[in-house]
Amino acid sequence: MENSLNKKLLVVLLLIGLGAPFVVYPVFLMQLYCFALFACAFNLLLGYTGLLSFGHAAFFGGAAYITGYLVKNAGFTPEMGILAGTLAAAAMGFVFGILTIRRQGIYFAMITLALAQVVYFVALKAPFTGGEDGLQNVPRGKLLGLVNLGRTYHLAGKSLELNLYYFVFAIFCAGFWLLYRTINSPFGQVIKAIRENEPRAVSLGYRVERIKLLAFVISAALSGTAGATKTLVFQLASLTDVSWHTSGDVVLMTLLGGLGTVAGPVMGAFTVVSLQTGLSSIGSWVTVVIGAIFVICVLLFRRGFVGELSRIIKKVFEGDLPSEDSGRIQGRQEGKQAPGPGAASG
Amino acid sequence: MKKHLIQAVAIVLLLGLAPLANAAGIRNGVVKIGVLTDMSGVYSAIGGKGSVVAAKMAVADFGGKVLGKPIEVLSADHQNKPDIASAKARDWADTDHVDMIIDLLNSGCGLAVQKIGAEKKVIIINTGAGATALTNEQCSPYGIHYVYDTYALPKVAASSIVKHGGKTWFFLTADYAFGHSLEENTAAFVKADGGKILGQVLHPLSTSDFSSYLLQAQASKAKVIGLANAGGDFINAVKQAREFGIVKGGQTIAGLLVFLTDVKSLGLEAAQGMEFATAFYWDRNKASREWSKRYFAKTGAMPTMDQAGVYSGTMNYLKAIKAAGTDDPDAVMKAFRAMKINDFFAVNGHLRRDGTMVHDMFLVKVKKPSESKGPWDLLKIVRQVPGDQAFMPMSQGNCPLVKGKK
Repeated sequence: MENSLNKKLLVVLLLIGLGAPFVVYPVFLMQLYCFALFACAFNLLLGYTGLLSFGHAAFFGGAAYITGYLVKNAGFTPEMGILAGTLAAAAMGFVFGILTIRRQGIYFAMITLALAQVVYFVALKAPFTGGEDGLQNVPRGKLLGLVNLGRTYHLAGKSLELNLYYFVFAIFCAGFWLLYRTINSPFGQVIKAIRENEPRAVSLGYRVERIKLLAFVISAALSGTAGATKTLVFQLASLTDVSWHTSGDVVLMTLLGGLGTVAGPVMGAFTVVSLQTGLSSIGSWVTVVIGAIFVICVLLFRRGFVGELSRIIKKVFEGDLPSEDSGRIQGRQEGKQAPGPGAASG
Repeated sequence: MKKHLIQAVAIVLLLGLAPLANAAGIRNGVVKIGVLTDMSGVYSAIGGKGSVVAAKMAVADFGGKVLGKPIEVLSADHQNKPDIASAKARDWADTDHVDMIIDLLNSGCGLAVQKIGAEKKVIIINTGAGATALTNEQCSPYGIHYVYDTYALPKVAASSIVKHGGKTWFFLTADYAFGHSLEENTAAFVKADGGKILGQVLHPLSTSDFSSYLLQAQASKAKVIGLANAGGDFINAVKQAREFGIVKGGQTIAGLLVFLTDVKSLGLEAAQGMEFATAFYWDRNKASREWSKRYFAKTGAMPTMDQAGVYSGTMNYLKAIKAAGTDDPDAVMKAFRAMKINDFFAVNGHLRRDGTMVHDMFLVKVKKPSESKGPWDLLKIVRQVPGDQAFMPMSQGNCPLVKGKK
């Protein structure tokens, strides 16, 4: 399936990822990876299954709290904590999924939003979450009891948290690879078929609801992984993680980057998080700037950064046989202008 | 090969130790002060841009240089999100080498940043957040709680109100951790002074309709209605209480966390007669008036206790650097603890081992419209309460640093 160019590109990206913390501030990079994984997991649902969930913060933040609590109070090691957070998010995804999966479009979005608000309320009220102060001082601990993730290296006047960085990078790569495999598996073909024409998938004999539920659970679980990892990076889980703003942010990231493209959400997450961080000194204008970018994006390049880019590349190499993979995605992109933009602006 | 490896390890180690070697003097040749505050959200009027102005004023008044090195002020918006606050603080500590972070304004952000300060050896001066945890279970050797906390404010207000006849209380409490702790602390002081709690009712955060809660408070016949909430909730509750004629009916409203801007936006008509505790009022004496007028000229508003605290905190931090002869955080904290803090903001102030900056607090009363002579002539000072009586004694606290000392 992948041609050698794709493989080379992948190796280059990996090398950049390995070298990046020496150039860019590592904590910022780790934040990028967490949100990129979150957006990729979300994209599995919105971009490939065609379901707009407005409650993904519940999985992201829910896992963040559970991991934070277990690592801080029950002495879990970081990898066990992340695993527990992921499983908890998967379980939540299962419950959410059972309740919502029969609905479509705006009803699906609203029910997921409502359920996420329930989780928000629990996070606000439950004694272990620390209410509006959040769950603070989560230790980073030792990976497998061996590698100290809190270790800071001082290099040329910089403080680099390299152990944690490579741990987070590995989690991101693993999560990304898992999603990539899912999308390019027979299962991935089926969810795309459901997105394009659900009655037809039913008529072909697929048990559509079960398949959608499975996609929902996978998406929730990986969102949970992202949230759990974020807790270790920032050593806190707060109400921001479960609030509907986070659900909105992830929609924005996915749409900006390119719905239904493999790399799109990563680009989108990088853009949004960079803007939020880079512009934090200009105060209230951050939201205005991001809003303006979103409007421009929706008006000018509706396929998102990556979607538009791959279209241009395809145009340039017209006559060249585009790789089968990107060709497929492109084909689907044309037909569908997801329910996203309208719903997300609210 | 092996030799190269050893050389590489040696270089890494040397680089790692390098920052420790030059402890004296100003590290990196510049003192950087970060104002981390809420620029766009609900607390932006209390701190926000005003805090940045206050910090810059302090630097300018100090002469722009300390020990011959320049002073730089950075600022950022934490949007009241602890994760943004902590990301920014980490970034400042790691890449910008910020020496001190001030303001913070929100307990979640305050606790998160103080933790990072302890880890990265950055001095954190908390002027805006109220949580007592900052100087108790989560106290830090580099954390300073400068202006007020949720122990001192109710202590000053409640004891004084109970002693002057407000014996029976009813609470309207915002239903989250801050509201609960404020109510709990206040109730303890009321009872300790011989008062009685007749009841309480919880309301959700950001409530717009207080009528049912206020009717319960009215029906309780309690002399004092304590508002254990803040900001918009507090303002709404007071406005609606007036519509129900609660104050005219002989009940008193006691705000437990009130900023000058709250009174300003309520207006004297609605807020008159209300008593509360504050760390600072601009019209207290000549020095505070002079400074506040300079501040007013720059911002168009009189300073809140938070903004005044940012100025005073920055100024005294710079003085501590001068006294210590270095910006090494341990030496600066030592010098800070040895200083007597007396300026337009703080009266009889000193920094305690647990990080509390103990100073006198004031009980104030909102003026009647007829008493007010100008748009900012809002309060009169009823009583000055010595810091030792206002703040929680260290023996009652549970700061591990203090226990370690004994």
